[in-house]
Amino acid sequence: MNSIDIAGPQIAVLLAAGLVLLIDSLAPQQRRLLPYVALLGLAASAAWTTSWVSRDDYQVAFDGTLSLDKYAVFFYYLFAGITATIVLASIDWVNREGRGQGEYYALVLTAAAGLMFLAASRDLITIFLSLELSSIPQYILAGWGKDEKSSEAGLKYLLLGAIASALLLYGMALLYGVTGTTLLTEIAQQIQASGDAHRSVLVLAMVLLIAGFGFKMAVVPFQMWVPDVYQGAPTPVAAFLSVGSKAAAFAVVTRIFFEGLGADFLSSDWSNLFAALAAVSMTLGNVMAVVQTDIKRMLGYSSIAQAGNFMVGLAAISVAGDQFTLGASGILLFLAAYAFTNLGAFVAVIAISQKIGSDQIRDYAGMWKRSPFLAVALAFCLVSLTGIPPTAGFWAKLYIFNAGIRADLAWLVIVGVLNSVISAYYYLGVARQMFLGDPAGEEPVRTSPSIGLSLGVATLGVFVFGILPMPLISAAQDAVEIFAPLAH
Amino acid sequence: MELTVLVFLPAVAAVAVLLLPQRYEGYAKYVALAAAVAMLAISLQMFFAFDNDKDGFQFVVRRDWVDVGAFNLQYFMGLDGLSMPLVVLTTFLTVASVLVSFSITMRPRAYFAALLVLSSSVLGVFAALDFLLFFLFWELELFPMFLLIAVWGSGRKEYSATKFVLFTLAGSAFMLVGILVLAFGANTFDIEVLGRSSFEDTILPVRWAFLFLFIGFAVKLPIVPLHTWLPDAHSDAPTAVSVMLAGVLLKMGGYGIIRMCVTILPGAADDYGIWFAAIGAVSVLYGAFVTLRQTDLKRLVAYSSVSHMGVVLLGIGALGTTSLVGATYQMLAHGLITGLMFVMVGLLYERTHTREIALLGGLARQMPLIITGLVFAGLGSLGLPALAGFIAEITVFLGAFQKFEWAVLMAIFGVVLSAGYILWMLQRVAFGPVRHEWDGLADQQHWWEHSVVAGLAGLVILLGVYPAIVMDKIGPAIDHIVLRIGS
Repeated sequence: MNSIDIAGPQIAVLLAAGLVLLIDSLAPQQRRLLPYVALLGLAASAAWTTSWVSRDDYQVAFDGTLSLDKYAVFFYYLFAGITATIVLASIDWVNREGRGQGEYYALVLTAAAGLMFLAASRDLITIFLSLELSSIPQYILAGWGKDEKSSEAGLKYLLLGAIASALLLYGMALLYGVTGTTLLTEIAQQIQASGDAHRSVLVLAMVLLIAGFGFKMAVVPFQMWVPDVYQGAPTPVAAFLSVGSKAAAFAVVTRIFFEGLGADFLSSDWSNLFAALAAVSMTLGNVMAVVQTDIKRMLGYSSIAQAGNFMVGLAAISVAGDQFTLGASGILLFLAAYAFTNLGAFVAVIAISQKIGSDQIRDYAGMWKRSPFLAVALAFCLVSLTGIPPTAGFWAKLYIFNAGIRADLAWLVIVGVLNSVISAYYYLGVARQMFLGDPAGEEPVRTSPSIGLSLGVATLGVFVFGILPMPLISAAQDAVEIFAPLAH
Repeated sequence: MELTVLVFLPAVAAVAVLLLPQRYEGYAKYVALAAAVAMLAISLQMFFAFDNDKDGFQFVVRRDWVDVGAFNLQYFMGLDGLSMPLVVLTTFLTVASVLVSFSITMRPRAYFAALLVLSSSVLGVFAALDFLLFFLFWELELFPMFLLIAVWGSGRKEYSATKFVLFTLAGSAFMLVGILVLAFGANTFDIEVLGRSSFEDTILPVRWAFLFLFIGFAVKLPIVPLHTWLPDAHSDAPTAVSVMLAGVLLKMGGYGIIRMCVTILPGAADDYGIWFAAIGAVSVLYGAFVTLRQTDLKRLVAYSSVSHMGVVLLGIGALGTTSLVGATYQMLAHGLITGLMFVMVGLLYERTHTREIALLGGLARQMPLIITGLVFAGLGSLGLPALAGFIAEITVFLGAFQKFEWAVLMAIFGVVLSAGYILWMLQRVAFGPVRHEWDGLADQQHWWEHSVVAGLAGLVILLGVYPAIVMDKIGPAIDHIVLRIGS
């Protein structure tokens, strides 16, 4: 297999991006086809991935910088699905906005390709390049709206993103300085070989890496941009940031720390660090979410709290023996469940705010009478975010908390459970408004077919994986098998 | 296999009901009735096929379901002599509550679907033998119950529905912690295996887990002082929902205490038994006193439930074979008698549109059939011999007397009070001077009304004169549990 084949899924997506731009400029009367071309590209990408899975042919390419393993495959599927949902959910908004339709879809696809590269990279330079490839389109997209708030969101995201990139580069430079290589596997060997001679530099490098990625993961204390950007950015873009960008950041952090920095004497350091960040993120995110009146800001803070939940998986590295990868598989499971759930919630918000022109939670009152489908779907996703069965979110939480217990992090799990109770207050508060509040207007809220389809698929996923979570769990466990040989 | 069918049949029927086209929505009740009758038939077939002499669980289904990292969750269900009668009670009351809902016209599809899902989840609770599966069914019950009260209720229905959900959720948060402590200690959720574990290395002391589980179940039972959601939920719920709530939902609490707390942690149960007896006796007395001064018929029945469920807890606390059998029997008897009581009150309310006792009076002349049913239910409730409630209470008292004489004496005083509040209520509602504003109201008249009342009353008599029909099943199962307490 040649190297081009390895990058096939990304190339398919990038080709679709180019095609979208071409159609937009050469045949503007065919513009309504643009989202379908984008979807076709994503489908081709997923088909390409499937062809490897069926061949069971996993390798590394480009001198080991890009790895085609089950871990990458898991995220290829995830990102293709996320991006397809975002494209579907954007159609109405983009049509109404009118301008730059081709550019919008092209940017979304480019960012998606960047996310895919990120999941497959095992080399610091490739990681950085992939990160920028996905970030720069997202900076532009965040400022895509016509109003001031969107411009502010775009600028804020760009400036803070630049600082984060700089911190990340410092961290990578230090790592390179100590080990003399940028390949994660070689970094791990070098660290093993030199023992804890360079421990202090390594710890500094780790802190810088966590700070850089913490921005993308949206964990405390790198979360400042989140509420403003989520509120200001167009809602489909906010959904993309909250699901796609966050998932990719967790994917790459998990890979770097498990594969590159998994040495015994280091992992205890970063495990404690992640545990602390997890506890703070959950608590702060949830407490702040309680007082929000704007649903997009609330979802912003909730995504900070959820990132804290994912991070329990990273903190649980110290699980020994054959359960070594439990935390990592928990992260993947949680990311997938969260993708379905949060996309469902955001798509419902898109549909509702398009009709009623408001993001205020109080305007959601009585939504059940205006659109039973939207109200039930949104409520169900919020139930899943809380972690109440029978939803995918419940299994994700149970699984990752189990990993925490196995790693002797009972205190962190208790913090997590208490936080779930806090989160129930604001998640179910919205549900209560929708079902019991007096409707603000009589006019029914209708959904377009594209929104209905994406919301239906997301909610169905939450439900089906809530009853039969095993396929998702096995997929996550298979994906992290690549870390199993590193067990100590 | 038949157990799986039984548990999921109502859920499938609920989907079928929801999928009915709008113009056929009037048929929703017939679909629901067909499903409920089919459930009853299946459960009766199982009841008679049940082998009383066999140890352990019957109709077992066991499949691997979810791999949660270090251990497996199973789809594991089965029935023993403790759960079998409760399952039949559930299917029977499902039929009854579908029938009493025949006059519902507001969104009938959603209503009957919710009722069926509720039935499915309660059956799941009684059948589940994997603790997490049990918990899932336990939580599932909240969704339909919330909607049924909040949408089809009356009065402060949203407040009551929310209160119900919040109380139960708070209890289940404790329960979940308890479950996880036990599961992580024994590396399994399998109730049979948990029952054999010694729990040496747990993240929290096992005693705490026991108390957490107890709190979760006690909210549902309910015990004083965690009972305040019950009168609100009852008074604002539609009749059928009151029947299900009093008839089977409360039993989930008592069942949970016996099946989980007592069976899995018999040592802790032995230590806390005296507290159970005390809380039980206080619930009986307090419930009875508060019932005395109720002016709303439904609240009266609701508070009398608190009193009756206190007897259950007293029976559990004594931890003897006789007292535990009595506690189980009390759950069945209370389910039928209070179910009938709520049906009669519902029929009255449908006609008079009031439940204020002060506004009613002399109805025996205007609605002889309904009043007959009400008097019958009342006599059952106060423990008249030859009816089910008498057998249950006498068994509990006999079983608990040696161990907790004082508690039994308190409870017996509560029973005396129950004669007081029931007879006084009947006197005010049924007898006395005729009030002419209630002239011309129809008596019990439809076939569905007759069949519900006759069916429930028949069972109350059957269990009152021939207790062996279920005692033979409950006895061996309880023996099994009590053996563990001794060891």
